[in-house]
Amino acid sequence: LGQPISTQRLPTQVPGFAPPPSSTGIGPSSYPPATGAPRPPTMPGPPLSGQTVAGPPTSQPNHVSSPPPPSTMSGPHPGPPMSGLHGPPPPTHPPQPGYQMQQNGSFGQVRGPQPNYGGAYPGTPNYGSQPGPPPPPKRLDPDSIPSPIQVIEDDRSNRGSEPFVTGVRGQVPPLVTTNFLVKDQGNASPRYIRCTSYNIPCTSDMAKQSQVPLAAVIKPLATLPPEETLPYLVDHGESGPVRCNRCKAYMCPFMQFIEGGRRFQCCFCSCVTEVPPHYFQHLDHTGKRVDFYDRPELSLGSYEFLATVDYCKNNKFPSPPAFIFMIDVSYNAVKSGLVRLVCEELKSLLDYLPREGNMEESAIRVGFVTYNKVLHFYNVKSSLAQPQMMVVSDVADMFVPLLDGFLVNVNESRTVIASLLDQIPEMFADTRETETVFAPVIQAGLEALKAAECAGKLFIFHTSLPIAEAPGKLKNRDDKKLINTDKEKTLFQPQTTFYNNLAKDCVAQGCCVDLFLFPNQYLDVATLGVVTYQTGGSIYKYAYFQLETDQDRFLNDLRRDVQKEVGFDAVMRVRTSTGIRATDFFGAFYMSNTTDVEMAGLDCDKTITVEFKHDDKLSEDSGALLQCALLYTSCAGQRRLRIHNLSLNCCTQLADLYRNCETDTLINYLAKYAYRGVLGSPVKTVRDALINQCAQILACYRKNCASPSSAGQLILPECMKLLPVYLNCVLKSDVLQPGPEVTTDDRAYIRQLVTSMDVAETNVFFYPRLLPLTKADVDSDSLPAAIRNSEERLSKGDIYLLENGLNIFVWVGVNVQQGLIQNLFGVSSFSQISNALSTLPVLENPFSKKVRSIVDMLQVQRSRYMKLIIVKQEDKLEMLFKHFLVEDKSLSGGASYVDFLCHMHKEIRQLLS
Amino acid sequence: MATYLEFIQQNEERDGVRFSWNVWPSSRLEATRMVVPLACLLTPLKERLDLPPVQYEPVLCSRPTCKAVLNPLCQVDYRAKLWACNFCFQRNQFPPAYAGISEVNQPAELMPQFSTIEYIVQRGPQTPLIFLYVVDTCLEEEDLQALKESLQMSLSLLPADALVGLITFGRMVQVHELSCEGISKSYVFRGTKDLTAKQIQDMLGLSRPAVPLQPGRPLQTPEQPVISSRFLQPVHKIDMNLTDLLGELQRDPWPVTQGTRPLRSTGVALSIAVGLLEGTFPNTGARIMLFTGGPPTQGPGMVVGDELKTPIRSWHDIEKDNARFMRKATKHFETLANRTAANGHCIDIYACALDQTGLLEMKCCANLTGGHMVMGDSFNTSLFKQTFQRVFNKGFNGEFRMAFGASLDVKTSRELKIAGAIGPCTSLNAKGPCVSENELGIGGTSQWKICSLDPSTTLAIYFEVVNQHNAPIPQGGRGAVQFVTQYQHSNTQKRIRVTTIARNWADAQSQLQHIEAAFDQEAAAVLMARLGVYRAESEEGPDVLRWLDRQLIRLCQKFGQYNKDDPNSFRLSESFSLYPQFMFHLRRSPFLQVFNNSPDESSYYRHHFARQDLTQSLIMIQPILYAYSFHGPPEPVLLDSSSILPDRILLMDTFFQIVIYLGETIAQWQKAGYQDMPEYENFKHLLQAPLDDAQEILQTRFPMPRYIHTEHGGSQARFLLSKVNPSQTHNNLYAWGQESGAPILTDDVSLQVFMDHLKKLAVSSAS
Repeated sequence: LGQPISTQRLPTQVPGFAPPPSSTGIGPSSYPPATGAPRPPTMPGPPLSGQTVAGPPTSQPNHVSSPPPPSTMSGPHPGPPMSGLHGPPPPTHPPQPGYQMQQNGSFGQVRGPQPNYGGAYPGTPNYGSQPGPPPPPKRLDPDSIPSPIQVIEDDRSNRGSEPFVTGVRGQVPPLVTTNFLVKDQGNASPRYIRCTSYNIPCTSDMAKQSQVPLAAVIKPLATLPPEETLPYLVDHGESGPVRCNRCKAYMCPFMQFIEGGRRFQCCFCSCVTEVPPHYFQHLDHTGKRVDFYDRPELSLGSYEFLATVDYCKNNKFPSPPAFIFMIDVSYNAVKSGLVRLVCEELKSLLDYLPREGNMEESAIRVGFVTYNKVLHFYNVKSSLAQPQMMVVSDVADMFVPLLDGFLVNVNESRTVIASLLDQIPEMFADTRETETVFAPVIQAGLEALKAAECAGKLFIFHTSLPIAEAPGKLKNRDDKKLINTDKEKTLFQPQTTFYNNLAKDCVAQGCCVDLFLFPNQYLDVATLGVVTYQTGGSIYKYAYFQLETDQDRFLNDLRRDVQKEVGFDAVMRVRTSTGIRATDFFGAFYMSNTTDVEMAGLDCDKTITVEFKHDDKLSEDSGALLQCALLYTSCAGQRRLRIHNLSLNCCTQLADLYRNCETDTLINYLAKYAYRGVLGSPVKTVRDALINQCAQILACYRKNCASPSSAGQLILPECMKLLPVYLNCVLKSDVLQPGPEVTTDDRAYIRQLVTSMDVAETNVFFYPRLLPLTKADVDSDSLPAAIRNSEERLSKGDIYLLENGLNIFVWVGVNVQQGLIQNLFGVSSFSQISNALSTLPVLENPFSKKVRSIVDMLQVQRSRYMKLIIVKQEDKLEMLFKHFLVEDKSLSGGASYVDFLCHMHKEIRQLLS
Repeated sequence: MATYLEFIQQNEERDGVRFSWNVWPSSRLEATRMVVPLACLLTPLKERLDLPPVQYEPVLCSRPTCKAVLNPLCQVDYRAKLWACNFCFQRNQFPPAYAGISEVNQPAELMPQFSTIEYIVQRGPQTPLIFLYVVDTCLEEEDLQALKESLQMSLSLLPADALVGLITFGRMVQVHELSCEGISKSYVFRGTKDLTAKQIQDMLGLSRPAVPLQPGRPLQTPEQPVISSRFLQPVHKIDMNLTDLLGELQRDPWPVTQGTRPLRSTGVALSIAVGLLEGTFPNTGARIMLFTGGPPTQGPGMVVGDELKTPIRSWHDIEKDNARFMRKATKHFETLANRTAANGHCIDIYACALDQTGLLEMKCCANLTGGHMVMGDSFNTSLFKQTFQRVFNKGFNGEFRMAFGASLDVKTSRELKIAGAIGPCTSLNAKGPCVSENELGIGGTSQWKICSLDPSTTLAIYFEVVNQHNAPIPQGGRGAVQFVTQYQHSNTQKRIRVTTIARNWADAQSQLQHIEAAFDQEAAAVLMARLGVYRAESEEGPDVLRWLDRQLIRLCQKFGQYNKDDPNSFRLSESFSLYPQFMFHLRRSPFLQVFNNSPDESSYYRHHFARQDLTQSLIMIQPILYAYSFHGPPEPVLLDSSSILPDRILLMDTFFQIVIYLGETIAQWQKAGYQDMPEYENFKHLLQAPLDDAQEILQTRFPMPRYIHTEHGGSQARFLLSKVNPSQTHNNLYAWGQESGAPILTDDVSLQVFMDHLKKLAVSSAS
């Protein structure tokens, strides 16, 4: 499957700027500029393509703008314009002197020196002393540098049509942005596991040299499209699943049956284990068991085992889990209408609790708590005429005041619950209590689950910093002055260790905490989220919650959160074949030892990223195997094991590694790694380390895999050609480089969010999808082709949609035709469009329908309901929008794609020299 | 003058006072030689049908240290409109309202027949009575059901404006809010954690928080309803609500595993009840009514662990110092009792269980506050149901027979000082010139608080004669004592009852026969018994018995007529004749003997002994035995084994038990069914007669006695056999020859043996 390597090369920066390699005045640490050196108007200016100085305006990637002069690669160029360099898109393009074969993908292009680019490098020797007028602006043509859109589109068209069959070891799956079907033939679907590389170095030296992290992004309970079958449930009877005696790996397709099927050799540790009599089966002439195709655990990559009582806590089969709804009823919550909204919604939502397979009703029991400074528990036993409220004011020492009647079956207690949900908003309508507690609320839920001896989930609806006297009381410690100091990390760390201990207790009980936050000011997400994070829960945050605008988003999130598939009391272990070992884990979970990932709750959206390291040599023949085993309790209370197996190739040639990498997964890993890093190191250190690692990866490639070429060339591996652009997005994300409008809570929130994201989510989160709505074909159900995230791609006469998994922006250009505005917004002019809209008006015309269907389609794809924001060009909200045009320079100082690529190149060159 | 017996009876009826001595020895030395202290049994609210209260304030002596109330013993100068205090001799002006008095126009309090008078005074706002039910839910289903019904029934017995509250407890403690509509609301507390009054009030939201006013919200009207009203509501408003709430009350839902007791947080529940009332209605009439079906098993006040394999402490454990929770639990309940008493509230304990419930530890709650203590086997018995109903009995005038928050102030003329009191009271620590340094019972004060009392509540008050031998009292001088009882009547009126009595002084050397004749042996027996029981609470049993014996011997030496060292010559005058017998039975009584009684039972018996009036106390000391036979009308017979005859039906009343015992022959007849044959109707009547009499006692007694119907050879006959004087035992049966009666299998000495020894010791010159 040798993929052609695409090499990209760039000339050294600009004439006059690139010194001989030895004399560098350019320190890597001085990038990006800390201060706004004077910049020419072209940089942040209006995005119209006409502004580019050199070369004709172009909207096509890989467009050839002008023939490159052959000599561009060498030496400084004194004169403008620096002609654009670019390779032709088709492989048929004739090779040019100085340019290596461009087999695929885009080419770098230099149109000229970027005006003032050197400002970022104060040490640039020649610049300041150049007599005469500054050189006319030259810049790298954005169209010539690798385009995410192009890569995505190519993959879609190349691989979207054929199903991905998992039978072969070490296959690189299609990109996450590609729609494809999976046929499980022995390896887990990429929906469950994606790896940074599908061909891993045989030795640790090689791995170290390449600096390519070996990581797998695992989403054990991922939702499958309806066309694909769910993992089969296998029951091995009373003795439980068949496992290797030594390493306890579960029976899987890679186990080798020997001695006529009486024994099997473990594919992970090579230990030979007796086949239990009831599992014995003869082998056919190829050594395969004759029941190979009848047994999912022998023929499929993913399947489930029914767990026996040995796999249960206290050697007792679990009870069905419970959901406890805990509603803040302090003044703010009541006043904003939140309490009424939640109660109203719960009345109908309770009929949609997750059900197992074809069960008629959900086995999940529900309970209700309201709280402010004290907690109110409700007895909703079916035999009662009216619910009973029990107030616990001893928040210092929380306990559950009732046993019977707190957790009930929805159908049995329907009338009592309805009556309760009717009364809660009334009871607290006149409340004047503004203070809340928080830790006692979790403790209460935990105690309730303990008393009921089951696992479960708490849904906490909370509004404010818990300042009432109680355990876990917090103070407002928000301090923006800490940004860019060594103490910045404290903003991400919890205020107190109290919540860590609480989280530990929650995990032990299988108590998962989902948090819905409705803050009007700082409420310390970093601390409040600790328990949620460590129990595998989700945080949802609705700042300045307003019923009119946020209701839909909140209710949709709540509905989805309540209904989604979820497992409880989960323990995940990743076993690997000898030679590599899972060493590090990223995600929302708790670990009490170094191998077991414990999650009180694990839903279909939660992802765990696992990093592997060598502890021995691998062999090309046997490859490397992963087996991810997840022990969990299903929503009906059944204890199960879900097994995902994946086989990877091993290589002794670095080129094989670089040929089988997946940048999206790499970015997922790097982002999580960096986001964890900010807890312990200054943000700047983290950013530098990221840049450095990527530079090393690319430098290693350049050195070992690319054909010899001039040092001035930037050559990127085909699989990683988007690494720089994506990495730049990570670097300028709110966590690593916050803008002034980003609050501390936002950063903590995003940090936690990203930690559980899968590859598709990180992909769109860091590089948002930008769709020209006006280009949409109203007659087909396809999406318009996406465009690159840069202001210069936007046209004043069009309407665009940008989504990143959290927000949807609808950007309206000032020159959009009135008809379109009328059709979409129902108003007659641009100025009448209200940017307070949180939904698009329902209008009966094809354009409106199309746009709304696009929005709906996007909403369905994402695990959270995105906030819809209407942005009018040249309106003040546009600043917010521009923040997501990630190829551009950001206000907070983030570099533009072009700038960053140049910087990256410089870093690589430095490493190479 | 009539006989002393009549005098004593008259005095008791008029003033509710019985003195051990009705002529007082005139000097300290002589008084101590009388052995039985000068003391009285006072029934402060003795029911007086003929005593209409007066509607004005009493007139007080103006001397600040005296403040005695104007009474018939005062000398009055009608012309100068002056009166002289008979305690401190201060001369006082009558208040202006008395301007019209003269010899023929006297106010009631000066008339001799009004030695006891009751004033209704208007003081402060009247608060309704408060009843706070504290209900254990760790009961058997049947018991809980019965209790719920009793409680629901009780709502109809409460005054309409009374405030009621409900606290339930088991593993947790729930304070129910009664005011809310729709949803029933309660505050829940952990049963293991002791909370201070302040914490409780904070957690119940009783302490008014300084809520900063929300801008933009209307100012709250200053007259917001009393904040506590959430937990205590007028009966008429919420009786439906509360009836439903009680109806829905479930057994404590927390699982009780095999071999353990339910976790019962009695200590915390009571603490919260006390804290709730303390914070909301201090110093008003309030009853905390605790209904419990077992011992506290967790938290403060825990009496026994929850493991059934460790039994609850017995007297044996206590003697061996093996009752590991006792001291701590007692301390907890004592603290609560003292706080309750300080607030003028009272605690009733209704404990119904087959095993002990920790009354020993909790007793002070009832004892110090004047609350009731009721012990039964189950809430589903008529014993409990009727007793509980009787708490709400009404008196002749249709008012509840309960009064609250009383304080008793005792004033004495200067030859006397107050040594102390024994009864359901606490000291108010009012030191004064008439307070003795020698304490008997609760001393060191001239004022006591009685948080709850009824018309039969009786206190023993002990005095000390302080007049020196060399300062004789003038001939014909009288000593006086005034009892001033201020209390809240059940109709919430504030009332003051004043009783002023006087007795003659007599020189013991020259007039011993007067003193002797005026000895009230019944009162003396009860007063000595109270002292004995009071001591028994803190001292070892044998020590108390030895002390009682020594007192008895000394009394016999002092007042008996005998020749030295000749037991046969010993005689006692009529006024002393019964006293030794009382002492004999007292020694055998459950008040002093713990053998065969659990610590709870002892506490229960002692509780009632320390508050009942003289008649009931005597029954407790020496039960009454009636015999029914064909030989004549029913007659009281000796409490002696010789009274147990085959052809008799016996009815014994021990106060706590009513035993009907059919003699051997009678029992056989009954078995043969003679009572159903028309020709033996008289037998039917004979059988019926004791039942009717027993009913009569059962109807009036509080608490309702245990009713036992047994026969010769029946297992329950032990109740009778253990009480009668064992004149015939297995040791002497044959020696007594053919004498009929029932032998008692006991090694206890009989009355005869006791008396023989007493005589011997009394006449002995050695002692």
